[in-house]
Amino acid sequence: MSGANLFGMCGAALVGLGLYGLITNPEPLRKILAFNLLGSGVFLVFGLISRRAAAAGFPGDPVPQAMVITAIVVAFAATALAVALVLRLLEQTGRATLSADNPVREKGNP
Amino acid sequence: MPDATTSGGILLVFAIVLPVAGVLLSLVVGGRQVERIALIILPCNLILASAIFFDLWQSGSQLIYIVGDWQPPLGITLRADGLSAAMMVTTAVIICVVGVFAHADFDTRAQPFETRAPFVFWVLLMAIGCAMNMIFLGGDLFTLYVALELLTFAAVPLVSLDGRAETIQAALRYLLFALLGSILYLAGTALLYGSYATLDIVLLSQRLRVETATLVAAVLMTVGLFAKTALFPLHLWLPAAHAGAPASASAVLSAVVVKGSFFLVVRLWFGVMPGLLGFDGAQLVGGLGAGAIIFGSVVALRQKRLKLLIAYSTVAQIGYLFLMFPLAFDSVSAQLQSNGALTGGMLLAMSHATAKAAMFMAAGLIYAGLGHDRIAELGGAARALPMTVFAFAIGGVCLIGLPPSGGFLAKWLLLDAAIATGQWSWAMALLAGGLFTAAYVFIVVSGALGSPHEPLKLRVDVPKYQEAAALTLALLSLLLGLVALGPIDVLQVRPEAMMAALR
Amino acid sequence: MTSWFFADAGLVLLVLAIGASTVFARQAFDAAIAFVVYGLLLAIAWVRLSAIDVALTEAAIGGGMTGTLLLGAVARLRSAEPNNTRLGLPVRLATGFCCALVAAGLAGALPLLPEAIPTLAPAVMENLTHAGLGNPVAGVLFAYRALDTLLEKVVLLLALLGVWSLAPNNAWNGIPGLRLYERPNSTLTFLAQLLPPVGIVVGIYMCWVGANDPGGAFQGGTILAAMWLLVIIARLEAVPSIGQLWLRIGLVLGPAVFLAVGLAGLVLANGFLAYPPGYAKPFIVAIEFALTISIAAVLAMLAAGPPKQVQQQ
Repeated sequence: MSGANLFGMCGAALVGLGLYGLITNPEPLRKILAFNLLGSGVFLVFGLISRRAAAAGFPGDPVPQAMVITAIVVAFAATALAVALVLRLLEQTGRATLSADNPVREKGNP
Repeated sequence: MPDATTSGGILLVFAIVLPVAGVLLSLVVGGRQVERIALIILPCNLILASAIFFDLWQSGSQLIYIVGDWQPPLGITLRADGLSAAMMVTTAVIICVVGVFAHADFDTRAQPFETRAPFVFWVLLMAIGCAMNMIFLGGDLFTLYVALELLTFAAVPLVSLDGRAETIQAALRYLLFALLGSILYLAGTALLYGSYATLDIVLLSQRLRVETATLVAAVLMTVGLFAKTALFPLHLWLPAAHAGAPASASAVLSAVVVKGSFFLVVRLWFGVMPGLLGFDGAQLVGGLGAGAIIFGSVVALRQKRLKLLIAYSTVAQIGYLFLMFPLAFDSVSAQLQSNGALTGGMLLAMSHATAKAAMFMAAGLIYAGLGHDRIAELGGAARALPMTVFAFAIGGVCLIGLPPSGGFLAKWLLLDAAIATGQWSWAMALLAGGLFTAAYVFIVVSGALGSPHEPLKLRVDVPKYQEAAALTLALLSLLLGLVALGPIDVLQVRPEAMMAALR
Repeated sequence: MTSWFFADAGLVLLVLAIGASTVFARQAFDAAIAFVVYGLLLAIAWVRLSAIDVALTEAAIGGGMTGTLLLGAVARLRSAEPNNTRLGLPVRLATGFCCALVAAGLAGALPLLPEAIPTLAPAVMENLTHAGLGNPVAGVLFAYRALDTLLEKVVLLLALLGVWSLAPNNAWNGIPGLRLYERPNSTLTFLAQLLPPVGIVVGIYMCWVGANDPGGAFQGGTILAAMWLLVIIARLEAVPSIGQLWLRIGLVLGPAVFLAVGLAGLVLANGFLAYPPGYAKPFIVAIEFALTISIAAVLAMLAAGPPKQVQQQ
């Protein structure tokens, strides 16, 4: 098994880890962290494909690499929006939770 | 034989470039002019969509544009086939009418400086138009991923636009579900690229082989898209998000935004991998759809607030859309056929879009006029807001499926397919759904027609043009069934390469 | 090269361990710190995969900017009421099993990819000279799949608008509530005076060199954004209010230039986003410069957050 294959497996494991964190962790910020983990796992799979697809003489296939760069930037934007939502929720209610059953108390809407 | 840019192809480019230019211009020119910019861009978008539709109808072949003059698989192609054109026109009409409706709620010239909610609303409305056009026209799976993200980022802030804590929670939940969906979709595209070295839809359909990696990719992408379309049981984010948003935003979210990821599911399965689904897969999808219908309808019946009822109704109606999968499955060729069931499903999507937008707009007007949207206390609303309640009722008629509405024609086509393939269980699901829909529409309309305990006085004067906007869309949904007379053939225009691959 | 294999295996184990601690750590602060380390380790992994452009982007945006954002959020969330609702053990076990299934499915599909993997690398390289570039990734981003890059810039702008929309109504057009450092004459001020000149040169160089070597607009723009944030946090520059015209123009400049060049392609070349033969490189470099400015502005403002205070007149 070559090094690139190792990273591909690593990516798959990270996808599983990230998915678990996203679903089970109750705090939104930890969910966002887990989503980033999940995303980076998928990107590593792209990386494996880029490296494996290296035909003779080329270090790698640039198309998956370009896709990963695009996706990294989009994932950052998503994280920024999600974090802003969490912080705004914190400001409004004093807690950051997604559970719908706990009544969300308004804390003096500025 | 490789595709070549067709003569009408440049329209496809403008359909995407125009809203982008609108967004960029709005950010610079600033708040007070944004509404004016939007009210120029959105009708132009409608004109473009209609032009594409008519070109398709007249020529009978799809429009293609090869971006940057790089042939796929290296480059990206934009393609408009019958499905794209029909959905583009529907979306453009809805967004335009919502634009007219929203003028009262998001007037940018009310203040002498740039204000938050109106500025954000108009820019995001244009962005949704751009994203939807991209989804309908994109010919490459990664371009479609970028379009999906564009749609998500345009839709999420609309949910939390009024700033209340519940809506922020709903927006956060929506965002997390949507991101999960996108990343699963991306994982699938990674496997597909690894197997075939292309993400172009037509090339993929030609190169596709039935093997494990492709199956895993298909499952990942589909689950991701199900999460974004809120198909049961991944629907948890939808009711709070759609009910909590302002009325114009709810209309766009329920009518237009969920159709984006749904369209991608159709593209994926009917276009790229029709032979991959298998009988069991089709039945599974149909089962989820039926589950959505039953669950959504039953919960809708129990709702006390109008907007939540309409939101759960969306959950149910989305289930309908997925019933077309088992009905389009042809056991003889073991493939999904682009036949009457597909036409019925897409027509159902279009009618639901127009009807649901009208219903959300009507609900918003009732809320504004009465000060609340509690269903038990709607008495007198029909007398105070006749056009509005009438619009709601007509929208409901389309959802139930009475002639001559689009819903009727769509269900007719689906029932036809069910009988032809002998799948009686799905026919029962369709009919049961219709009964449920009739029940909750009746509850609302009869409540509105009843007399109030004390004479009803409207809190605010509801502008007539807002009521007219809601009514326009409702009537459109009602008359959509008349497309059987001609334009419906457009839905059958599909790329020749795909047709050849199917044979 | 078995020694490389062991090095890779060690790196993978480290990445997995740190990744797991990100998910399972008890305190959010530990998880955030672990995430920054994770981002940097991933950058090394990308170098091992011979994807230098991706390594640069991951280190800058994935590790650096995301880490900053998350640490800032963790600091603010310290004042939140603790969330004690945890899912029960059976649910967690079932979820863990399903996630393991997904990971196994993905991992299982990977070795089953065809041996002679079809690839676009030869096609990319062949056409690269036609596009006048030396960096194949830049070729994909700005020539072959330019539409994706253009739309992705719009995605960034929309995310920024979404963040801004979370401001209270009366604070619109105000100043982002980025936490600024209070004490003057400290190490931070010293660094903020020392680093930015170097950083700006590095950022511009990284953008310029991206046409032929690893680098480009995204990487250069991130460095510039980091320098700007450093200067703002150390109170050497004022936080701009979001309504300022120069800020808005800066944000829009990149995609606007990109769009303009694309439309010019309709007249000068063969179509939208096509380049006239032989003149591709100047156009692409112009786009990259404009894009660097915009990316710097967008990333910095995304990290700064929604406006909080009304602008002082």
